[in-house]
Amino acid sequence: MYNQRVMDHFSQPRNVGDIPDADGVGEVGNPVCGDIMRIAIKVRADRIEDIKFKTFGCGAAIATSSMVTELVKGKTLQEAEEISNRTVAEALGGLPAIKMHCSNLAADALHRAIEDYRRRNGGAVGPGGAPSVAAGARAASGPAAHDEDKCPSCCGKIAQLGRELAEGRDITAGPPSDPIK
Amino acid sequence: MTQTTASRRVYLDHAATTPVRPEVAEAMLRFMVTDFGNASSVHSFGRVAKEATENARAQVASLMGARPEEIVLMSGGTEADNMAIRGAVLANAGRGRHVITTKIEHHAVLHTCEGLEKEGLAEVTYLPVDAQALVSAETVAEAIRPDTVLVSLMFANNEVGTIQPVAEVGRLCQGKGILFHTDAVQAYGALPVDVDALGIDLLSASSHKIYGPKGIGALFIRKGRKVHPLITGGFQERNRRAGTSNVPGAVGFGLAAELAMKEMEGRRRRLVALRDRLINGLVKKIEFTRLNGHPTLRLPNNANLSFEFVEGESILLSLDMKGVAASSGSACTSGSLEPSHVLLAMGLPPEVAHGSVRMTLGTGNTDEDVDYVLEVLPPIIDRLRAMSPLHAKVVAERVARKGG
Repeated sequence: MYNQRVMDHFSQPRNVGDIPDADGVGEVGNPVCGDIMRIAIKVRADRIEDIKFKTFGCGAAIATSSMVTELVKGKTLQEAEEISNRTVAEALGGLPAIKMHCSNLAADALHRAIEDYRRRNGGAVGPGGAPSVAAGARAASGPAAHDEDKCPSCCGKIAQLGRELAEGRDITAGPPSDPIK
Repeated sequence: MTQTTASRRVYLDHAATTPVRPEVAEAMLRFMVTDFGNASSVHSFGRVAKEATENARAQVASLMGARPEEIVLMSGGTEADNMAIRGAVLANAGRGRHVITTKIEHHAVLHTCEGLEKEGLAEVTYLPVDAQALVSAETVAEAIRPDTVLVSLMFANNEVGTIQPVAEVGRLCQGKGILFHTDAVQAYGALPVDVDALGIDLLSASSHKIYGPKGIGALFIRKGRKVHPLITGGFQERNRRAGTSNVPGAVGFGLAAELAMKEMEGRRRRLVALRDRLINGLVKKIEFTRLNGHPTLRLPNNANLSFEFVEGESILLSLDMKGVAASSGSACTSGSLEPSHVLLAMGLPPEVAHGSVRMTLGTGNTDEDVDYVLEVLPPIIDRLRAMSPLHAKVVAERVARKGG
C-alpha cells in the first residue's frame, strides 16, 4: 500500500512535538474526516529555525507531516511557502491515489503556521498562506457542523476526486488546478 | 511493501477470511484432478461429481437444520444476499414492494437495497440500532406495513459482532406472508443456527468464513417460498442458479460445515475465553479504550475496540509491523473516506469511529497470541497518542482541572 519511504516517515517520524514559545502555529483538518495536523514554527531572520508537528490521522497523514517538516527546516519563509502538498507527496516517492486528497494536508498546515507568524508580526499575509477563494466559497456553503475553513482539502476534495475518477483522469498525478498552490 | 521484522505472526482477521483446513483442501483436490467431471453430465465422471455435490449440500443444510433441497449453492455470501433480496422483491412484486432492513447490514445487503430503490422496485426502511448495535424487535414490528414483503436482518454483525434478535423477528414475520431473510455469514458455523426454530425463510452463508474455500456459499430458501433467480442459463441448482457446479468448492464447503458442527461447542468456548482475555486486557492496559458492540450478545471471536485520539489505519500499520493482522472501521481502510457505517449508526462520534480496530480470533489462535497483542499494542497506542494533537488537548484539560 505505502512505499518504503512513506513507511520510514510513518514509523520514525521526524520533528514530532510542540514548540512552547512558537512564533506561528497552523492547524488543518477535522476529527470528522479523520485527519488533524498541527504545525508549530520558530522563525529567526525570516528562516524556519525549528518546526514540530502533531498529527491525528492515517499513515499518509503522519508521513506527510514528517516529510514537510524535514523539507522546510532551515528554509526561508518564502521557500517554505512554495512547498505544496504535491511537493510533499513527490518527496515521499508518491502516495496511493485515494490519499492524495484526503490525508495530504501537511503543506496546508505549514502555510497556516507561516500565515499565523506573519499576522502576529503585523506583516502582509504571503501568497501561500491565504486560504484560497475556492476554500472560502466552500466554507460559506458547507454544512454548519463541519469546519471547512479548517478542512479545505477534505470534503470539497472528496467530491472533486469523485468527479475526476468519473472523468477517467489520472488522479495520482494531481489535478491541473490544485486550489492549494 | 511494509517490512515486517516481527518475531511472531498473529492473524486476527478471521471475520475477513479464514485459512482452509488442510483436510478440507485435501478433500477438494480429488475433485479437481481425478474426479473432475461436470456434475450435470450423464456419464460416470459426471455422476461422481454430482454425488459429491449432493453430499456437500446435505452437510451444508445440516448445519442450519435445513433440508438439502432448500440449499442453493452459489459463489458466496454476497451473491446469496443479492439473490435473497433482489430475488424476493422481484418474485413478490404483485404483493407489495416494501422492504425492512437495518443500518448496520453488510454492504451486500445495503447496496442491493439501494439499487432496488433507485430502480423503483422497492421502498426500503433502514432501521436504527442502539449504542451496542442491537436492533429491537419492536422497531421491526412498528415498521411492518401491509405491503411489506421482506425483512432482512443480519444474524450477527460482521464489524462489532452483536448478535441480533433473529428468533423474535422471525416470529413477527411468520403468518403475515412476509419473507424473513438473515445474512448469517458471520454466525453460520460459529453459533447454533436452526432455520425452523428461528422462523427463517432465507439465509445467506459463506464457506470461507468457516475454514472452507473462497468462491462458494449458499442461500437457504425455505420450501414453498418464491425467489427469482439472478443468474440464468442452465438448469443447475433446480433452476435457481445457473452455471456449472463448483464441485471442489462444494466438497470443501460441505466438509468445513461438518467440521464446524462437530467442533462448534469446543471452538466457541475456546474463542470466548481468548476474546474476553484480549478485550479485558486491552481495556485495562490502555486508557480511553472502549469496547464496541454488545458485551455478551457477541460473536465468540469478535473484539472491536476504539482507542480514542488515534486513527485506525495508523494502528493497523503499526500492528502489521509487529506481525499482527487486524482490520479497522476507519475511513482509510474502507476506501470510502467515511468511517464505518456500523459504528456511526451506533452513535459513535466520527473521531472515535476512526480509531476502531477489529480483531477476530480463529481456531489457530492461542493464549500466546493474545499475550503478544497485549504486549505490543499498548506501546503502539502510546506512540501514536504522543503524536496526536487530540490527545494533547485532553491531557492539557486534565492538567488544568487538577490545577484548578
